[in-house]
Amino acid sequence: MAHQSTYEPKTAFTRWMDSRLPVIRMAYDNLLDFPTPRNLNYMWTFGGILAFCLFVQIVTGIVLAMHYAADTSVAFDSIEHLMRNVNYGWLIRYTHAVGASMFFFAVYLHIFRGLYYGSYKPPREILWILGVLIFLAMMATAFMGYSLVWGQMSFWAVTVITNLFSSLDSVVSGLGTGIVQWIWGGFAVNDATLNRLFSLHYLLPFVIAGLVGLHIWALHVTGNNNPTGVPLRDPKTEALPFHPYFTAKDGFAIAVFGLIFAYFVFYMPNYLGHADNYVEANPLQTPPHIVPEWYFLPFYAILRAIPSKLGGVIAMFGAIVVLFFIPWLDTARERSTRYRPIYKYFFWLLVVTCLALGYLGAKPPEGGYLVAGRIFTAYYFIHFLIVMPVIGIIETPKSRPQSIADSILGGGNSSQPAVAAAEKR
Amino acid sequence: MSKILSMRNFRTSTLGAALLLVTAYASPSFAAGEAVEIPRQEWTFSGMTGYFDKAQLRRGYQVYQNVCAVCHGMRQLYYRNLSEPGGPEFSDARVKDIASQAQVTDGPDDNGEMFTRSGTPADKFVLPYPNEKAAAAAMGGAVPPDLSLMAKARAPAHAHAWYTEPYFWMVDIVTGYQEGGADYLYALLTGYADEPPAGIDVLPGLYYNEAFPGHQIAMPSPLADGFITYEDGTEETVANYSKDVTAFMMWAAEPKLEERKKMGLTVMIYLGIFAILMYLSKRALWRKVPH
Ligand code: HEC
Ligand code: HEM
Repeated sequence: MAHQSTYEPKTAFTRWMDSRLPVIRMAYDNLLDFPTPRNLNYMWTFGGILAFCLFVQIVTGIVLAMHYAADTSVAFDSIEHLMRNVNYGWLIRYTHAVGASMFFFAVYLHIFRGLYYGSYKPPREILWILGVLIFLAMMATAFMGYSLVWGQMSFWAVTVITNLFSSLDSVVSGLGTGIVQWIWGGFAVNDATLNRLFSLHYLLPFVIAGLVGLHIWALHVTGNNNPTGVPLRDPKTEALPFHPYFTAKDGFAIAVFGLIFAYFVFYMPNYLGHADNYVEANPLQTPPHIVPEWYFLPFYAILRAIPSKLGGVIAMFGAIVVLFFIPWLDTARERSTRYRPIYKYFFWLLVVTCLALGYLGAKPPEGGYLVAGRIFTAYYFIHFLIVMPVIGIIETPKSRPQSIADSILGGGNSSQPAVAAAEKR
Repeated sequence: MSKILSMRNFRTSTLGAALLLVTAYASPSFAAGEAVEIPRQEWTFSGMTGYFDKAQLRRGYQVYQNVCAVCHGMRQLYYRNLSEPGGPEFSDARVKDIASQAQVTDGPDDNGEMFTRSGTPADKFVLPYPNEKAAAAAMGGAVPPDLSLMAKARAPAHAHAWYTEPYFWMVDIVTGYQEGGADYLYALLTGYADEPPAGIDVLPGLYYNEAFPGHQIAMPSPLADGFITYEDGTEETVANYSKDVTAFMMWAAEPKLEERKKMGLTVMIYLGIFAILMYLSKRALWRKVPH
């Protein structure tokens, strides 16, 4: 759906620019004029919300970095100093800390939106893969950012997670330990480790920004998917220019999201964090429970579900790697789960599985929790590796509108068996 | 004595934590652990309109200064904080007086010598021990932790059945419950028993406490009725002392709480109006097009 540019430079300056570096044209085509399906629902506002989140993290992060000292002897106190003695320092810090949670909240909804409406299916494979890369970079960024606080949970989370690489010792003796010590820059998590984490925590958000640029570029080549999954045929009747229609709609969604964001920043800034992180890091004292931030819990549960350390690490990374292959694992002809009578149930089972894994990630891996963790971990992989390919083949889709225009105008005559519609495509 | 010493060292060591981990792993399936249900208290600083009761903070400071400061420091605080808005708001003169009673090590002077002088409001709270080793040596191995962030550094575990937990989280989010730390501190300070319950062997040098995880704490009961004389007529009970010093610790951990909650209300109202305006303009635009 790469659309024809309709930009016409009106002044001497814009004409001069347009024949040299057409950035104004690019901005006009992509941010103002881009034809966007009319039937998008509010699940499509999370893209804008995520851009907002990235912007908030970068702005607050740059200010934080002006006050932060990446030195194990003063890191913790430098943040407290900011919270207490710098004007509105608490606001900057809490916005950044809560912002990370809000960012993940939004990205999870964004990902499940994509899964439900089949937004990863051709021709949007690259768009989807770029999304998974962004998710991966976000996880790395958040993990490193959390370590900067240099509280008990920061220190022990870094210790536990970096130590995972030592599981490679069982493949090549000494390899894992070598890697871990290389990451640490020493024989334990130390000042050198903190400094590299800070450096990378500053770098990665800009890598994310670059990936977001590619993500939007890919989006504007293929165009948006929509709740029916039917491709856009006639932009005149089925689409609207991004501005003002979707800027207004996204703006409303961002304002509502901002309300929730503000509620947490001003009234529960520490609810999503861990109390132990208000105790300065102490390498000699292990906290009774080492628990990651909530947004990592499903992956943590998968890590601990597998009895072998190396196996757990492979499963945890596998849980993300499998996402890259979804475009080829899903064999269904129909994009949108709306018209998939069998898959629908499995989709919601996946949602329940991820929530359950999140819950179990916060619990000690023992007894019933461990059994449940193993069952849900198994289903997580079964869903992508077996359910998606098999259901896609055996399922007969429900009838669905033939075009976006049909779905907008409604009416009885709009429905066609999907098979017929698929032939027309 | 050496046995007690090594016992205490053991408690705070990695080994001790490892033991904790092992016992946690060995507990039966789906058990909510050993979590004690910490009763929730009424606090002026809770909720969206929360604020600090200045008189309470002043009493709390008195308790801290006269009792707790013997063992515990508050290294994040400056004396000047005591007169700043949103805190106990002592007068400047009073803060000067409080600070001047502290002996601050300063220097080096022009001869390269360190010297002591009396404190000023610009100084940080003077700590009871020069370092953790000194504290451990004086306390027989147990280090009294710094109290400046204590009210945020503890969170009582819920002791609910697993399937009701999400419900309680939602309730906490909607009601804005952030006082778990304060509730725990109050329970800790009022949680000493003269006699441990039958069947519990308290290790030498440790004291039985209802709220402390494991119930055996190295801090002797710091408070007793009538211990400190209040000037404002508040009843001099352990419950009141505990409540006041807990409020003081909450302020110490979150000195910008009042500013934050006040600003929050403005921001929320502003965003609410903005959201309504955005909704109306969105609707006005979209009404004209079928979608
Ligand atoms: C005689 C010295 C002493 C005095 C006085 C004292 N404490 Fe303690 N406190 C300790 C020691 C030692 C510990 C460490 C206990 C442990 O780890 O078992 C401690 C621990 C604590 C803890 C941490 C408990 C936990 O959950 O880890 C708090 C909170 C506390 N004290 C508050 C107070 C308050 C408030 C006062 C004043 C009313 C006070 N203390 C007076 C010695 C003291
Ligand atoms: C993708 C965007 C980002 C994410 C997801 C993220 C995430 C985080 C997280 C989870 C923390 C710990 C918060 C806490 O508990 O206090 C943190 C801290 C920090 N971040 Fe970021 N961050 C992002 C961008 C940035 C940027 C762009 C910078 C600087 C240019 C930055 C600088 C810092 C600093 C200095 C800290 C330590 C201070 C603190 O803990 O508040 N961050 N970040």
